[in-house]
Amino acid sequence: MTSSPSRTTLLREGADGRAVHDVGGMDFGPIDRDEHDLALWEKRTDAMLILLCSKKNVFTIDAMRRVIEDYGQQAYDRTTYYEKWIRAIRNLLVEQEIVSPDEVEKRMAELASVHRANGRRVSAETIDWAKGGAA
Amino acid sequence: MSVEAVTAQRFRPGQTVHVIERPALGHCRTPWYLRGKTGVVASVQGAYRDPERLAYHKPGLPSQVLYKVRFLQTELWPDYPGPASDHLEADIYEGWLESAS
Repeated sequence: MTSSPSRTTLLREGADGRAVHDVGGMDFGPIDRDEHDLALWEKRTDAMLILLCSKKNVFTIDAMRRVIEDYGQQAYDRTTYYEKWIRAIRNLLVEQEIVSPDEVEKRMAELASVHRANGRRVSAETIDWAKGGAA
Repeated sequence: MSVEAVTAQRFRPGQTVHVIERPALGHCRTPWYLRGKTGVVASVQGAYRDPERLAYHKPGLPSQVLYKVRFLQTELWPDYPGPASDHLEADIYEGWLESAS
């Protein structure tokens, strides 16, 4: 069971010049050490990254880190580990011209209608294309 | 088998080095809290394609020498409460280091 992620933005006092992820030594309170099983989509995200980086050479793990680090602070803090990954994978597939944003949106709409037709819950949340946008 | 270009190794184990204090332009593996700090080269980790270039779909050549650098915790954190001999080791690429002597 995946625990509900925390959706808060953390204050970065005295963070002048740091990228959003580069917070070593800053006080963010206690670390949540609760373990949880990975959801199926998280396992698939992991598999996709390995496939795209190591087998297909579509982009490097360094490019993936760069895209995640370029998130705005709010998007960075309010997304979970694999949410950061899947968003970066999507944006890099577009950056490398494997798929277009329109193709992604079209497919997402198709899948949403299939799930709704089968009585499954579909989240209204979307992942913003803009790099600084909130997720 | 091709031999890739590698930058010359400028530092050796035991040498005191200084992490350059400069802002990162884009992807960077040198954490902010180590910039401007002084440490000692613990070992040479090898040479790797430059992640700062790989991150932008460039080949990342010539490869950069990567060092394991040892810092005293008291050098990094002004209020460090532990023993004075406690240290931290971090992998730092050569382009971020300069000789401290």
